Amino acid sequence: MEPIIDLLKANARMSDKDIAAAVGMTEAQVAAKIREYEEKGIIKGYTIIANEDLLDKDLVTAFIEVKVTPKADFGFDDLAKTIMMYDEVDSVTLMSGSFDLAVTLSGTNYKEIALFVAQRLSTIEGVLSTSTHFVLKRYKEDGFFIENESVDERSPVSP
Amino acid sequence: MIDYDKVISDRARVIKPSGIRKFFDVAASMDNVISLGVGEPDFQTPWVVRKSAITALEKGRTKYSANAGLSALRIAVSDHVFRKTGVSYSPDSQIVITVGGSEGIDICIRAMVNPGDEVLIVEPCFVCYAPLVTLIGGVPVAINTRAEDQFRLTPEALRAAITDKTKLLILPYPNNPTGAVMPAADLEKIAEVLEDTNIMVLSDEIYSELTYNNEKHTSIIEIGDMAKRTIYVNGFSKAYSMTGWRLGYICGPKPLIAQMLKIHQFEIMCAPTVSQFAAIEAIHSCDDDIAHMVNEYNIRRRWLVNALNEIGLECFEPLGAFYVFPCIKSTGLSSEEFCERLLYEYKVAVVPGNAFGECGEGYVRISYAYSLKHIMEAVRRIGEFTQSLKKEKK
Repeated sequence: MEPIIDLLKANARMSDKDIAAAVGMTEAQVAAKIREYEEKGIIKGYTIIANEDLLDKDLVTAFIEVKVTPKADFGFDDLAKTIMMYDEVDSVTLMSGSFDLAVTLSGTNYKEIALFVAQRLSTIEGVLSTSTHFVLKRYKEDGFFIENESVDERSPVSP
Repeated sequence: MIDYDKVISDRARVIKPSGIRKFFDVAASMDNVISLGVGEPDFQTPWVVRKSAITALEKGRTKYSANAGLSALRIAVSDHVFRKTGVSYSPDSQIVITVGGSEGIDICIRAMVNPGDEVLIVEPCFVCYAPLVTLIGGVPVAINTRAEDQFRLTPEALRAAITDKTKLLILPYPNNPTGAVMPAADLEKIAEVLEDTNIMVLSDEIYSELTYNNEKHTSIIEIGDMAKRTIYVNGFSKAYSMTGWRLGYICGPKPLIAQMLKIHQFEIMCAPTVSQFAAIEAIHSCDDDIAHMVNEYNIRRRWLVNALNEIGLECFEPLGAFYVFPCIKSTGLSSEEFCERLLYEYKVAVVPGNAFGECGEGYVRISYAYSLKHIMEAVRRIGEFTQSLKKEKK
């Protein structure tokens, strides 16, 4: 159990002072622990969960199943690293099952993503086939409900 | 025209409405109130439990169960209590499934207390005990506990309260509203006092799963042969976040449970059957959910105790339930004044300590059955309130 990680995952802006109180450590101990996580690469960065649908901004995301043929001198890792270098690519994961790499992409419109898949992704040596799924609606992300805040249905005061 | 005033029974008339309720009505009518006033968990009932209720409904398991409750549930409860306390209760004759812990408390009092019998009630405590005793003509006798004793029942206070009319001691730990616990060493001293008397104990352990800092809950039934003189009350509301399911249970000596079952049978037949099916699932598969909830509560508890002390509301460290009980005497206000002004001026609802017994005066109950984010905002407002009070004084 890593309570500091859990607290920061729920709220990356929580202060060291508040974390210290919550986990029963001193502020200095918390600061040192977080530094340690950062140095070891356990904490890779701090980000936010944005509901970009509410921003006046065009954004299309897609999930792409990629089948590949790894070669002796160019395995899954090398293929994944080639794909992840593109800025358009948000995530790359190696999967078990009927395809090999799961790639998520974002762009300003469908055409942009379609072109990227056709011109960049499919042409990589070793990529056998791709199957593109556009994201229509997000309901929950990283543990957060995107649209509906859960409503507290309890009475404000009770036994 | 019928004169309703003449229709009301004397005993009903004597009972005052719950002090919590009064406050609730005000809070519910205001906008943008941020509440730390609830006495129920903020977690959802674990999905597997809800799913098993849905399955029960789909299969049409919607009839009365046996009066004492579903046999499978009584077996599960028996195993569960044994696992937690090492005390073995027969599912056939020593367990009744009740409508919440509340009904268990009621039928226990009804089965044992005669008019004129004294019932010792450790205060501050949950609001139901004294009215239920009064309703059947018993005499509620408050035993006050104090912050300097960590709101534990001391053997001295107990001994001083016992008379030859004392029938029953109600022992509510882990405690609502104080968050106090009774460790084994303290329970042993209580057991010693009771040893040579004919006094029974009603041990309301509804918060038994919610203890912190490795302070494992000890039940009084684990001490000596106290199980023989104790009715053990527990339930699903707090441990499994199942308040609205209305399901609890009582365990105790066979001759007493038989009487309680009789009352239960005439009063309500049986606890809700669908809830009972769900409860079987809760006992079987929700240990991890409890561990998760306890961990979350503990984080909030530590943050909250620290924050309240920082803004000058001194509080002893509660090791159970999900309440803190800070002292507000430094503000110069009474509990009710404090809560009313906090509600009207800063829109935060907390519950005045005197709603839980006279000795709760000078304290307020703050619940941490809320997200940390919610608690932080509420405490920020409470801090502004205490700051403004300090300026007023000058």
